[in-house]
Amino acid sequence: MPRSLKKGPFIEERLLKKIEEMNGRGEKRVIKTWSRSSTITPEFVGHTVAVHNGNKFIPVYLTENMVGHKLGEFAPTRLFRGHGGKLADKRARAR
Amino acid sequence: MARIAGVDLPREKRVEIGLTYIYGIGRTSARQILEEAGVDPNTRVRDLSDEEANRLRRAIDAGFRVEGVLRAEVSRNIKRLMDIGSYRGVRHRRGLPVRGQRTSTNARTHKGKRRAIAGKKKVPRK
Repeated sequence: MPRSLKKGPFIEERLLKKIEEMNGRGEKRVIKTWSRSSTITPEFVGHTVAVHNGNKFIPVYLTENMVGHKLGEFAPTRLFRGHGGKLADKRARAR
Repeated sequence: MARIAGVDLPREKRVEIGLTYIYGIGRTSARQILEEAGVDPNTRVRDLSDEEANRLRRAIDAGFRVEGVLRAEVSRNIKRLMDIGSYRGVRHRRGLPVRGQRTSTNARTHKGKRRAIAGKKKVPRK
C-alpha cells in the first residue's frame, strides 16, 4: 500500500535542509547520507548525493527522471560475483 | 468482419470476451467499453452490426490505450528504469525478477528456461 498523500513524500529533514541551503546559495557539493529511504524531489535535481550502501558511499548524480524514486534505489547493497567454481572465480577477478 | 484496433476478434464469442483479445483490454475495460458504446455484452461478435462496431472503435479510441501505443509505453517505462540505473532497472537488465521475489528457486517466468551450468556435479540419488 502506498504512503498516505496527506503526509507527503518522506525526506529526511536534515538532508532536505542541506539541499535547500545549497540551492539558496547556488552551490554544488556532494553530501553524504545514510537516508536511503528519502524520496527524490525536484529540489534534488542536479545535485550529487553520496548514498550509503552499508559499506561505502555511492555518489549518485540526480536527474529529473529520478524524481519520485528513493535514494536507496541507486546504491545497490549487494555485490554478486557469480556462483562458485573455477570459471566463476576467473570471471569475478577479471572484473 | 469485426476488426477493432488492428486485431481480428474471434467471431464465435460474446463481444465481452472477444474484446479481451485486444492487448490492454481485460474483462473490466471490456465491460466499460460496451457500456459506453451501448452494446449488449451478450451479442456474438459475428452478429455485431457495422454501426455497433464503429461505436466500439470510437469508445476505445476515446478512453483506452491499446496494442502498439500501450506496448510502446510499457517498454518506455522499463527503459527509463534502466537508464537511470535504479535497482529495478538493473533487475530488468539482468533478466531477474524485479519485485523482490526469491531467485534461489523458481522465478522461471522471468529468468526463462533453465540453463545447465558447466561443471556442476550431479548429486547421486540413493
